[in-house]
Amino acid sequence: MATQAADNSSANDQSPQPEAVVVRFAGDSGDGMQLTGGQFTLSTALAGNDLATFPDFPAEIRAPQGTLFGVSAFQINFGSRQINTAGDAPDVLVAMNPAALKVNLSSLKPGGLIIADTGEFTKRNLDKAKYDQSPLDDDSLAKWDVLAFDISALTIEAVKPFGLGNKDALRSKNMWTLGLALWMFDRPRGPVQDWLKQKFRSKPEIADANIAALNAGHAYGETAEISGPLKQLSIPAVESEPGLYRTITGAEAVSLGLVAGAQLAELPMFFGGYPITPASAILHHLARLKQFNVTTFQAEDEIAAICAAIGASYAGSLGITSSSGPGIALKGEAMGLAIMTELPLVIVNSQRGGPSTGLPTKTEQSDLYQAVFGRNGDAPMPVVSACSPGDAFEVAIEACRIAVEYMTPVMLLTDGYIANAAEPWKVPDPDTFEPFPAKFLEEKNGPDDNLLPYKRDGKGARPWIKPGTPDLMHRIGGIEKAQDTGHIDYDPENHQAMTDARVNKVLGVSVPDQTIAAGEAGGKLAVVGWGSTYGPIHQAVNRSRVKGLDVSHIHVRHIWPLPANLGDLLKSYDKVLVPEMNTGQFKTILRDQFLVDAQPLTKTSGQPFTIAELEQAIEGALS
Amino acid sequence: MNAPVKIETTLKDWETDQEVRWCPGCGDYAILKAVQRTLPQLGCDPANTCFISGIGCSSRFPYYMESYGFHTIHGRAPAVATGVKLANPDLDVWLVTGDGDGLSIGGNHMMHVLRRNVNMQIMLFNNEIYGLTKGQASPTSRIGTTSPSTPIGSVDRPANPCSFALGAGARFIGRGFDVSKNLPEVLKAAHAHQGAAFIEIFQNCIVYNKDVFEEFAAPKGAGDRQLWLEHGKPMLFGDPKTGFDKGIGLDRDNLALTVVDATEENWEDAGVLVHDATNRSVAHMLIEMPFGPFPMALGVIYDDPRPTFESGVAEEREKATAGKEANLAKLLGTGQTWTVDANEGHPTD
Repeated sequence: MATQAADNSSANDQSPQPEAVVVRFAGDSGDGMQLTGGQFTLSTALAGNDLATFPDFPAEIRAPQGTLFGVSAFQINFGSRQINTAGDAPDVLVAMNPAALKVNLSSLKPGGLIIADTGEFTKRNLDKAKYDQSPLDDDSLAKWDVLAFDISALTIEAVKPFGLGNKDALRSKNMWTLGLALWMFDRPRGPVQDWLKQKFRSKPEIADANIAALNAGHAYGETAEISGPLKQLSIPAVESEPGLYRTITGAEAVSLGLVAGAQLAELPMFFGGYPITPASAILHHLARLKQFNVTTFQAEDEIAAICAAIGASYAGSLGITSSSGPGIALKGEAMGLAIMTELPLVIVNSQRGGPSTGLPTKTEQSDLYQAVFGRNGDAPMPVVSACSPGDAFEVAIEACRIAVEYMTPVMLLTDGYIANAAEPWKVPDPDTFEPFPAKFLEEKNGPDDNLLPYKRDGKGARPWIKPGTPDLMHRIGGIEKAQDTGHIDYDPENHQAMTDARVNKVLGVSVPDQTIAAGEAGGKLAVVGWGSTYGPIHQAVNRSRVKGLDVSHIHVRHIWPLPANLGDLLKSYDKVLVPEMNTGQFKTILRDQFLVDAQPLTKTSGQPFTIAELEQAIEGALS
Repeated sequence: MNAPVKIETTLKDWETDQEVRWCPGCGDYAILKAVQRTLPQLGCDPANTCFISGIGCSSRFPYYMESYGFHTIHGRAPAVATGVKLANPDLDVWLVTGDGDGLSIGGNHMMHVLRRNVNMQIMLFNNEIYGLTKGQASPTSRIGTTSPSTPIGSVDRPANPCSFALGAGARFIGRGFDVSKNLPEVLKAAHAHQGAAFIEIFQNCIVYNKDVFEEFAAPKGAGDRQLWLEHGKPMLFGDPKTGFDKGIGLDRDNLALTVVDATEENWEDAGVLVHDATNRSVAHMLIEMPFGPFPMALGVIYDDPRPTFESGVAEEREKATAGKEANLAKLLGTGQTWTVDANEGHPTD
C-alpha cells in the first residue's frame, strides 16, 4: 500500500542518524493528537533526548469532524543536542485525515516524510478539506516521501478480539499511530502501556484494546516489508547534567513555582481564578495541592478572582490570581487597588492572541503594554517574564519574592506557547532556594504609641498588618492615603509625594544585572528578546555566530523595572533588533527608557517565530 | 470557627478620630450610631472585627468604625470579603454597601456571596438614588424618579433588594430603616446567624431623594404602616396606643397574603399567620407585599441557616489533604521522571 515518492532524496536518507528530528502529529480535534503527542513526549524524554513541544489546537472543543479549522496538531523537536524550540519545519508529518494534511503540508520540510491514513481519505473527507481529488493519487506531494496506508482498517483489525464496535475501535487509531512512531524512533512502549492501564483502570477492555493497537502499530513498523521512506532511526540521548529529570509544561511549572514561592515566604497561598484559555491549567494544578496550605477559589468572574485574592492578602495570605489578556483587562481596576493599598499579590497572565477574544488557543506577546502601563492613574507594578516551561518555575518564585518584600502586586507574563509546551526539567532541590519569610507588624510602629500603616521601610514598603492583630486597628482603601498615617488625604503635596513613593518603590525593586545569553558585550548587532521567543532567538543567534556573524543575544526577564545596566549594554552595539510576537511593544519601551534605536521584528500570526525567520532577519540587519 | 471571645467595649470605643463626612442630616449617621451601639452589646472585639465596603456614600462607613476596615472598589466588596473570610474565617466581617454598589455594579458579586453563604453581615443601605455621584436614578429608584440622568422620570422597573437576596439563595433576610429603634435587634439577629446575613436598611438621602420612605418611616401612623416581624409571634400591626387592630392572613384560594381585622385576643380566629422565619415561601410573600394596601414588612423576615462556605472549604481541604504530606522536594520530582547518571550523562531509567 505504500506509495513510493518519485524523489527519493529524503533528509532521512542523507543523514541516517540525525542529531534532531521534528515530528508533527496532525488530525481531527477528536482524534486524540494531543494525547498522542504527550505520550510520545514522555517516551522521548525517558529515552534521554532533549526536546521541546508545540501543541497547536483549535479553540472549539469538538470542531465539526474532518474540517480544516478542526485540525489539531502536536509538534515535537527532539535530539541528542540541546533543543530550544519546537522546530521550524517537521521532518515527519503524521496526517490522520485530508484536512490535517492540507493545513500542515506547507510547513513540512522538502524531502520530509508524510504518513497518511488512507482510510480517512474518502470523498466526503476530501470535500471537507476542499480537495478536488486525493493528493495521494496525484503528483502534488512529489516533493515529499509519502507513506500512505489504511491505518483505520489496521486498527480495527488489531482491536477485533476485544469486541468493540467500529466507532470505538477507531478511537484507538491514535495509539496505533503512536506505536508506529515509537518504533520509528526506537522508543520504549512500556511507559505508554503503563499509562493506558492507569488511565483506563476502570475499563480494562479499553486499556487492552489501546495497548493492542499500540503494539500493532509498533509491529507494523518492525515487520512490514516496506522499502523506502520508513526506517528506524535512533536518536542518541543528549549529554545532560547528572540528576533527577521530569517533563514539565509551563502551566505546571508556574503552579509549582507559586507553591514554592508561598512556602519560601512562609505564607498560606490563596489562588483566585476564573476559567479562561490558556490559563485555567494553573487553577487545575493548584486545586490538587491543598496539602501545601493552598486554597483555590473559582470565582464568579475575573474581577472577583483578583478581589478575593486581594482580600486574602489583606488577611495575611499570599494572594494570587491568574488569567489571560481579556481577563487581565477586567482585573485592571483591582490591580490599582492593590497598588494603592500596597498589598502583595501575584497576577499571572498566560498571554494569547488578541485583541478582544482574539485567538484563545494561539500564542502572542501582545499584553506587554497592558502589563506595564494598563491601569488608570500612575500605577506602577513590577513585571517579570518566563522564557520556557522550566524557567516559569523560577520566575514564579521571583514574582512571589518581589510581591512580599516590596508589598506590591507583581505581574508574571507567560504565554499560550509556554503554558502548553513541555520540556525536560532538571528537578531542583528546594534546600537551595533562598527563603524570604514575610513579616507582619505586631505592635505600633510610630512615636507616641501611634500606628503608622504607611510608614515605609528601607525598600519603600509599608508594614503588612493582619486584621485580628490586637491594637493595630486601621482602615485602608483606594482613596489617596496620607503618608505614614494612611488617613484619607486629598492634599496636592501629599498626592505628589505618594505618587513618587509608589513609583520609586517599584523602580527600586532589586533586579539582577542583565546578562548576555549568547555572544558578548559590544559589536554590530544585539538581538533583544523577552518571553517565549528565547528559544528561536537563541538558536538563530548561535547559528549566525557559527556562520561568522557578529551578533549577540540578550534575553530580558525583568521587564519592569528593567535591569540597571541594560541601557549601557544596548548602547554598546551598532544595531539593536527586537523580535516580538506583537507589533513592537518592548521595542517602544526600550526606545523610551534608553533612547536606543531599537528596530522591531514583529509577528502576530499566532505561531512562534521560526529559527529561519530570525536568521534571515539577522542577516538582513547585518547586510 | 473558634467561639469568639466577648470583649467589653462602649460606643465610644468604636468611634474613630476621623471627621465624619456625610451630609448633615443623612440617614447614615443614625445607622452608624446603631451599629456602634450594637457591637458593645454583642461583646465584639474591635481587633477581630472588619468592615469592608465598596464605593458610594454608605461605603465610607469603615473609616468611622474603630476596627479593621477596607474601603475597596465599586461593587467588589463581596469578593474582597470572601477572600478575607477564606483566609481567616475567624474574623467577624461586616459588609457595607448601597443600592448602586450592591445591586447595580456589584450585583453579580452580591448574588454569589449570598448563594455561597459566606459567613458575614451584609448591610445594604437603600436610599433609592446615587448619592455620591450627585443624584442619578439607581436600580431601586421607583418608576418616574426624576434625576440628572432621568430628567423626565426614570422608566426602568426597580429591583427589590430582599427579593433579589432571597432569589440568590440568602438564608437570612432582615429589613430596617435608619432611624428605627428596632434596627439594633435586626443587626443582632444577623450577627447571630451563621452564614451570609442580608439586611436591607432604608436610608434617607436628604439631598437627592429626601423622605422617599416617609410614608412608612414617619413616626406618625407608623403602627399602621410597619409590620415588625418576630419569629413565633402573630403578624399583627396597628397603632400601639390603641393596640393592634390588624393582622396578616393568608388568602388560601389565591395563595396570597391578605390584611384581616384582628386583635391580640382574637388573632387566631381571625386567621392571622404566625411568623415562621424558616418559611421561605411566606418570606417571599412578605418581602413582596405591595406597600399601601399592606404595611412594610420589617425585622427578621427569613432566618434558616445552612452550612457556611468557609466550613465547606475547610471540610474539602481536610478530605483533599488526608494522608498527604506537604513535601516540596517530592512534589517537584513527581510524574514521569528519570535520572541522569553522573558517570555517563545518560538516563538510567
